[in-house]
Amino acid sequence: MREHVNKSLTSAVAWIDERFPLTANWKAHLSEYYAPKNFNFWYYFGSLALLVLVIQILTGIFLTMNYKPDAGMAFASVEYIMRDVSWGWLIRYMHSTGASMFFVVVYLHMFRGLLYGSHRNPRELIWLFGVGIFLCLMGEAFFGYLLPWGQMSYWGAQVIINLFNSIPFIGPDISLWIRGDYTIADATLNRFFAFHVIALPLVLLGLVVAHIIALHEVGSNNPDGVEIKKHKDPKTHIPLDGIPFHPYYTVKDIVGVVVFLIVFSCVIFFAPEMGGYFLEANNFIPANPMVTPPHIAPVWYFTPYYSILRAVPPLFNSQFPGVVAMGASVLIFAALPWLDRSPVKSIRYRGGLYKRWLTVFVVSFLVLGYLGTEPTTVWGTFDKHVILLGGADRATVVARFCTAAYFLFFILMPWYTRIDKTKPVPERVTS
Amino acid sequence: MAKPEVDQSKRRFLVAATAGAGAVGAVAVATPFVSSMLPSERAKAAGAPVEVDISSCETGVLKTAEWRGKVIWIVKRSKQMLDDLPTLNDKLSDPLLEVDQQPEYCKNATRSIKPEVMVMIGLCTHLGCSPTPKFKSAEGDMGEEWKGGFLCPCHGSKFDLAGRVFKGSPAPINLEVPPHKYLSDNMLLIGVGQDGKEA
Repeated sequence: MREHVNKSLTSAVAWIDERFPLTANWKAHLSEYYAPKNFNFWYYFGSLALLVLVIQILTGIFLTMNYKPDAGMAFASVEYIMRDVSWGWLIRYMHSTGASMFFVVVYLHMFRGLLYGSHRNPRELIWLFGVGIFLCLMGEAFFGYLLPWGQMSYWGAQVIINLFNSIPFIGPDISLWIRGDYTIADATLNRFFAFHVIALPLVLLGLVVAHIIALHEVGSNNPDGVEIKKHKDPKTHIPLDGIPFHPYYTVKDIVGVVVFLIVFSCVIFFAPEMGGYFLEANNFIPANPMVTPPHIAPVWYFTPYYSILRAVPPLFNSQFPGVVAMGASVLIFAALPWLDRSPVKSIRYRGGLYKRWLTVFVVSFLVLGYLGTEPTTVWGTFDKHVILLGGADRATVVARFCTAAYFLFFILMPWYTRIDKTKPVPERVTS
Repeated sequence: MAKPEVDQSKRRFLVAATAGAGAVGAVAVATPFVSSMLPSERAKAAGAPVEVDISSCETGVLKTAEWRGKVIWIVKRSKQMLDDLPTLNDKLSDPLLEVDQQPEYCKNATRSIKPEVMVMIGLCTHLGCSPTPKFKSAEGDMGEEWKGGFLCPCHGSKFDLAGRVFKGSPAPINLEVPPHKYLSDNMLLIGVGQDGKEA
């Protein structure tokens, strides 16, 4: 009996393989994709990002079954999902928590890159696709945040769309075109819905596929930053330090998935608003174009860039420099593979200079992130007698300092990575 | 049979011509899609000028109206308020109205047609939040030198009672005065100027 089943399975797979490279793809991407054997904790976040993507798409599909992208009905339809739709609250909280968790895992995934030099030759394209994914995610988060049509949705979008106003000459026309009305209105909500549920997800999926195809072409980096393809078994041509992704890393990733889902569930069930960081209190008030909430702050994952925007003072009666700085602070990640001139990839063999600069960058990023959630007056003002800074908001001065540090990390990178004292890199991965 | 020679220049010309025609077609096809995102006829109609009756306005009290979904502020200013305006000039970014934020007929000391009636778009020029009225002199947390004006809750920009921005505010320029005109003594039309210009 068993033999019989096996036999018909084998012939079914053979039938498919003649028409579609099923076995070939399974081998190329899983059972015979050789990944370095020394992956550590930091290597969970790529597969976790994939998991969150699936969660967002699934929960998103079910949310659209009850959500109404209409300025008159959107807010009520979200409340309807929360109160009247069976398990609607769970699906909605999974989606809103998923958005924040997406950024948590992606930020950690990117930091892994900075630690082990995953952006370096020959993985520049993987990194660029990754930056594309990051931009797409930011777009998804921004468009999605308007959909509940609460006060924060409305005024957050107002602030961001008005950024385009400051582009010289064509700015006001561009923001009119983005809104489709003289103010944020039904037309804006409708098109943001279209971007959020179909346009950007398609681009996002394409970029994720490209990211993985490029990764599997050159092979994964590892905590030692050495190329395992340099040392292959002469007979089998399998990298000596490589192990098949399946079953070794699929099983390892399941552990990560379990831990992640525990954290994810804790947030969903015990703190879905996360003290106002994942869902802001003002967003439980319907959008009102006539009244601005007293304190506007973006969701936590945008706050570092928002801080940079606020930190740059207007120049020639224009807000534009701040907008440019904010855009540059995101796009500059794309230049990283070419800014980094270190002879080694992994932080394990880099010198103290890179480690210090990376620390400065991470601290600046976190401080900017915190300040972006608070009004600029959060730390009061400097005493009037302080030279140069007298009367200035302390938080603004600190934000300016951190903004400078943020950019210097990138701008000075070609210099400090070249002169840094590196350690010798081993030929093979260490255990 | 001899192979016919490939005429490379003809081939290049045909490739370029095909690509060029394709590009023109692509732009032509993109036009309706891009244009569909501009304000629709209905949105434009809803953005038509609005009439506001100001006969019930009391001095020093904010009246709001809506035009194109934006807040319009109307305030009848007292004599004291008007007298205070020129005294603030050295604390302002643009006291002499060099940046074009008002129609030509409002480019005066009070930024208005009638000196006492302020008509303003109530959206901060920083990032479009709606500032809060702080009309009383030395009001609460506004400090002792405060002569009345507006404070933006988002990033703390301050404006005087003619919508002029104070130095040190994140907002780079003065509040915008919408095109408007008087249909009668107490009837305002917002959206069309007395020079006939629309926004």
